[in-house]
Amino acid sequence: MSNLFNIEIVNPEQTFLSKENVFEVVIPAVEGEIGILKDHIPIISFLKPGIIRVFSESEEQNFYVEDGIVEFKDNTLSVLTSSIFDLKNADKNFVSESISSAEAELSEDNIDDQKRFLLNHKVEVLKSLSIN
Amino acid sequence: MPSLDDLRKRITSVKSTQKITKAMKMVAAAKLRKAQENAEKGRPYSEKMNNVILNLSKSITDKENAPKLLVGTGEEKVHLCIVLTADRGLCGGFNTNIIKKAKSYFEKIISENKTLKIITVGSKGYDQLKRQYKSYIVENISFKESKNINYFDADKVGKIVIEKFEKNEFDVCAIFYNKFKNVITQIPQEQQIVPLNEDKEDKDDSGNDNDYEFEPDEDEILSNLLPKNISTQIFKAMLENSASEQGSRMTAMDNATRNAGELVDRLTIEYNRSRQAAITKELIEIISGAESL
Repeated sequence: MSNLFNIEIVNPEQTFLSKENVFEVVIPAVEGEIGILKDHIPIISFLKPGIIRVFSESEEQNFYVEDGIVEFKDNTLSVLTSSIFDLKNADKNFVSESISSAEAELSEDNIDDQKRFLLNHKVEVLKSLSIN
Repeated sequence: MPSLDDLRKRITSVKSTQKITKAMKMVAAAKLRKAQENAEKGRPYSEKMNNVILNLSKSITDKENAPKLLVGTGEEKVHLCIVLTADRGLCGGFNTNIIKKAKSYFEKIISENKTLKIITVGSKGYDQLKRQYKSYIVENISFKESKNINYFDADKVGKIVIEKFEKNEFDVCAIFYNKFKNVITQIPQEQQIVPLNEDKEDKDDSGNDNDYEFEPDEDEILSNLLPKNISTQIFKAMLENSASEQGSRMTAMDNATRNAGELVDRLTIEYNRSRQAAITKELIEIISGAESL
């Protein structure tokens, strides 16, 4: 029996990615990374800034996301996000801009702990990208 | 009776107007295809979003403490209406239809002695509403600069709405836009986004058999998701609207081109007749002049 399932990544403008032959997807959920295999129980969660790894038989794809919702049901993983890009096409200017805007937000005083944590995390992830 | 020269001038002017409307029709047709494509591409997102929220709201047991964006504030005093229109005219009844729909809703609210607040998106809506409802308009947003409909614009509107909700500035929020059915038909829509309408819930209860695992818990996901849903709904409305606008403009310009053609035909007949009349008159004058000699 095959151990493959479907993934759909949708952003507001279009269906970003739709594949039917992935065997593992790692998503950066708010409470830690989740690795999803076939027949995972139905789950709804949302994302923090991080990298979605999609493993299919032939290749591995990496996407950076900032936020979004994931739903897994009937062996279909749906990712709804408004900010996503393929690491292969990462735009250096965009990344550094995002870093500086996040850092600017961090320097403000009136943000709560949760937001501070998310921003810190975002900066961390983005910085690790630009090294690669 | 207009002179021959007047008629000739009139025909040329109608012909050049026809050229313009024809060009506008072509442009609208090209843009329509793109807008329609975008609207179709954008649909999965809002559909999925709705699904997730539906599943979530089913699993919420404690209705009392559910997020207010979902169940409402428990009151219905202040209505916020977001009227989405185009930035440009010359598109038939497109803007007027939305305004009409919105106005009838406004009248109902005012007659029930509730407070009305209006946000207009798109300059045409503002122009048409400011005469009658100026005092109710709290915000006027226009995205003239952005060439394409994008999510960031919708998000801006969404953030304004959420900010106002958090400040308790309204209880119910509805958006008005044109739903794109086909090129000829656009249906003005009124959609309530806060609190979320639950009319879809009776669709089926079969969803209950797959109990979701939530991480973190339902409440937290919902409170994170609902603000996003508002932006998504507004974005969807904007997409539908832009497709409708182009469709409506295309039909309107097609009609205008056809009318101009008819007008040219009629004017040409009139021109030929009066020219013939003038010639006949001259002939009669010459002949009767010759006879009297």
